[in-house]
Amino acid sequence: MPLSANDVIKIAHLARLGINQQDIESYTKDLSSMLDLMTQMSELNTDNVEPMAHPMDQMQRLRTDLITEHNNREEFMTIAPQVEAGFYLVPKVIE
Amino acid sequence: MHTKTLTELAQGLRTGEFSSIELTQAFLKRIKQHNHLNAYITVTEELALQNAKDADLRLSNDKADLLTGIPIAQKDIFCTLNIKTSCGSKMLDNFIAPYNATVVEKLNQAGAVMLGKLNMDEFAMGSSNETSHFGAVKNPWNINMVPGGSSGGSAVAVSAGLAVCATGTDTGGSIRQPAALCGITGLKPTYGRVSRYGMIAYASSLDQGGPMARNAEDTAILLQAMAGFDEKDSTSVNIPVPNYCSGLNNSLDGLKIGLPKEFFGEGLNNDVAVILETAINEYRKLGAEIIEISMPTLKLAIPAYYVIAPAECSANLSRFDGVRYGYRCNNPIDLTDLYTRSRGEGFGKEVKRRILMGTYALSAGYYDAYYLKAQKIRRLISQDFKNSFTKVDVIMGPVTPTTAFGIGDKMDDPIEMYLSDIYTIAINLAGLPAMSIPAGFVDGMPVGIQIIGNYFAEDRLLNIAHQYQHVTDWHQHTPKGFE
Repeated sequence: MPLSANDVIKIAHLARLGINQQDIESYTKDLSSMLDLMTQMSELNTDNVEPMAHPMDQMQRLRTDLITEHNNREEFMTIAPQVEAGFYLVPKVIE
Repeated sequence: MHTKTLTELAQGLRTGEFSSIELTQAFLKRIKQHNHLNAYITVTEELALQNAKDADLRLSNDKADLLTGIPIAQKDIFCTLNIKTSCGSKMLDNFIAPYNATVVEKLNQAGAVMLGKLNMDEFAMGSSNETSHFGAVKNPWNINMVPGGSSGGSAVAVSAGLAVCATGTDTGGSIRQPAALCGITGLKPTYGRVSRYGMIAYASSLDQGGPMARNAEDTAILLQAMAGFDEKDSTSVNIPVPNYCSGLNNSLDGLKIGLPKEFFGEGLNNDVAVILETAINEYRKLGAEIIEISMPTLKLAIPAYYVIAPAECSANLSRFDGVRYGYRCNNPIDLTDLYTRSRGEGFGKEVKRRILMGTYALSAGYYDAYYLKAQKIRRLISQDFKNSFTKVDVIMGPVTPTTAFGIGDKMDDPIEMYLSDIYTIAINLAGLPAMSIPAGFVDGMPVGIQIIGNYFAEDRLLNIAHQYQHVTDWHQHTPKGFE
């Protein structure tokens, strides 16, 4: 298999994604099958092919630097899990 | 009333045959009655009745749009102001959207009555509507079968008469595949035609919202209201929107239809192939010329898609961190624990699988081999389509290899599930518009035919679909028990 259980644990850490111990084996198997599927891509020579990001090759549109949104802080904070005095609360970061 | 088309209902509202309130009440009643299909995540009854009341007033003032007073439903991926927008996930089960998606805003402006929010695969990742946190949706043609996905709730709502029409989104086939499996009409527009603002992102370079309805004409009316340039979506394309209804009756005489031989080979169910052949013959009778073509890069669409979509998904879904909105785990011990457990507990298995795949494909040392390689293959696939469109006007083929499969049949084998999108995925990679329309039945289950057009040829696709529906009645069938 192209991937090991340790690889999966490392990838999950990179993604800050909790996965259950008992699921590691099935993720290892599934991701390995996906990678096997992807090896088909090497059949095709893509030297000198420009990668395609947008079907119309449209460039990022720029706009004038004007204020278009009003301050929604209080409104947005009503749907946050934990806030206090206008701040989002998270566990202590600095001891 | 629920088997009538949008056009017929709009007529009825104008002649005073019924009011929007009566129409809305009838649909709300049906939603309750057929609750077991699990098509809706949220029913917005009170709001719908208020909308209907406003619509009746507007109709009486003669200021109405075709959609005014028509009960529709939104896929739960579109943000709706002050209404839960879950995206089929536990992560957003408590998320009350603070703004409207542009598509929602536009349909509200047109005076459509929103009945509620429709079930879907979690974050639109799935082909069977089984990955939803709110449970599987059932196919009204046989409740043991999947409706397809990810817009499964939308397809079922239209098919079972629980909404006149609905919105969907299509990243790899999520409008066309459920439309085919539920016997309705669905259109995935050109990338950039419909605004993605407020449409929760899965794979941003592929995602596109579109209409799902009972026939091509209704689809045209809904697309008319959804399409258009939007300042708020940086990938929106600034090209005028044509009138999608005016060309519906154009003749198909001389139309050149390309059939890629790669679409009709191994893997396609024989009974489905026979139905497609009959449909293509129907087009021959309508004056079309059939041309066999070859698109050798099509077979690489699945591997390229399963690099690009997970890569973009892993970046897009990094915003769900348990801090500003959405699910948060209990008693986190530190910040890493907060992120890791909130995401681990809030996301389902398929979403996690794709986040892991995408994180790997984008991680140091693998970017060139996977993401860049896939984006180059994407260019070649799109060139293959471009070449084909110099020879033919449209391309036709299957939407799915088989009719709807059983609930639970493919949940243990993700690759098997991914392969059910084999005929739809390449279109998203190229960014082209495509439709699925009903073309017949195998053992009582609907089969769709796919019509793929050149960029911004939605009007031509709708014309081609409408002409077929003029001479066939597959789109008029209603599942037993839902007449």
